[in-house]
Amino acid sequence: MIEWLKQPWPWYIAGPLVGLTVPTLLILGNKHFGISANLRHVCAMCFPADIKFFKYDYRKEFWNLFFVLGAFGGGVIASLWLANPQPVEVNPALVTELAGYGINDYTNMVPKQLFNWDYLLTANGLIMMVGGGFLVGFGSRYAGGCTSGHAIMGLSTLQWPSLVATVCFMIGGFLMANVFLPFILG
Amino acid sequence: MRKNNNSNSQISTFNSQFSAFDPKNEKEVRTQDTLCVNESQLQHKWYHNLKYLIVGILFGIVFVKAEIISWFRIQEMFRLQSFHMYGIIGSAIAVGILSVWLIKRFNIKTIYGEPITFTPKKFSKGQIYGGLIFGLGWGLTGACPGPLFVQIGTGATVVAIVLLSAIAGTWVYGRLRDSLPH
Repeated sequence: MIEWLKQPWPWYIAGPLVGLTVPTLLILGNKHFGISANLRHVCAMCFPADIKFFKYDYRKEFWNLFFVLGAFGGGVIASLWLANPQPVEVNPALVTELAGYGINDYTNMVPKQLFNWDYLLTANGLIMMVGGGFLVGFGSRYAGGCTSGHAIMGLSTLQWPSLVATVCFMIGGFLMANVFLPFILG
Repeated sequence: MRKNNNSNSQISTFNSQFSAFDPKNEKEVRTQDTLCVNESQLQHKWYHNLKYLIVGILFGIVFVKAEIISWFRIQEMFRLQSFHMYGIIGSAIAVGILSVWLIKRFNIKTIYGEPITFTPKKFSKGQIYGGLIFGLGWGLTGACPGPLFVQIGTGATVVAIVLLSAIAGTWVYGRLRDSLPH
């Protein structure tokens, strides 16, 4: 059983499990799935700075902070006891492309050659981690949600503004991966 | 159901306790950007939130095991080199649509007996501009907000910087909100 759990799970197992988060949160307490809202709650809690956007009762949103704390814990549990010892298997075309940038270590899901403390202090590391993180936080709040709130929760309730947001997420990602990233890493 | 009986008195204690928040402004601010407003009228002890912690743990495990937190998998997706991520997102949406339909069709209540409600999302240009900005960031970091938390849990400690930067980005948005096109 544990051996089987250690294998990477196929999309048709993982996808429905992720989808079940939607009714689970609704049935547990009429909560709407949306992770980026937590970034706003942290701002409201720690640095509201008299900005109207952060002046609300974040205590009512503690459930969501418990949820992401759990997600962190899930990461700990899965990497300690359910880790797949094999390197991440990806499309050979991607392997060839990344090899051109000197990225060839697939032992970790978060590439060790890109996401480490030494690389953080390089220009590329700053762009990827500090710049990328900033865009994720700024963009998700500007869009009113991220992949969970729009692509999964919003589309599950058939809301067309969420479809607009999801399409724009994908366009941005395609542009970055195919146009800008080769320039940054190359 | 039992808790319904004294919920009113509990609410009033709660409000006076946190009277720093102007109730009129409160509702308006919280509904901005589709923050969850379908809150329970019941006031629970903090440990009722542990159930969300457990859901979060299961969610985190799935994200690791299906390699959703992998930068490599996200790069594959944006290069159309693998069906994996499309299969995950697509089947998650399908299950979500079906379960929301079932909840509405059979008028399913929460475990506390409260009705489940849905708030329509309003269109704004932010979904276009913000969506594009978010997508650019997603392609760089290989992680949307959920995976950031899970990645740190798997021991990629430097991702804490990515998360802090995302919090900074959210703060700057809040600061500039009134002067941005929506």
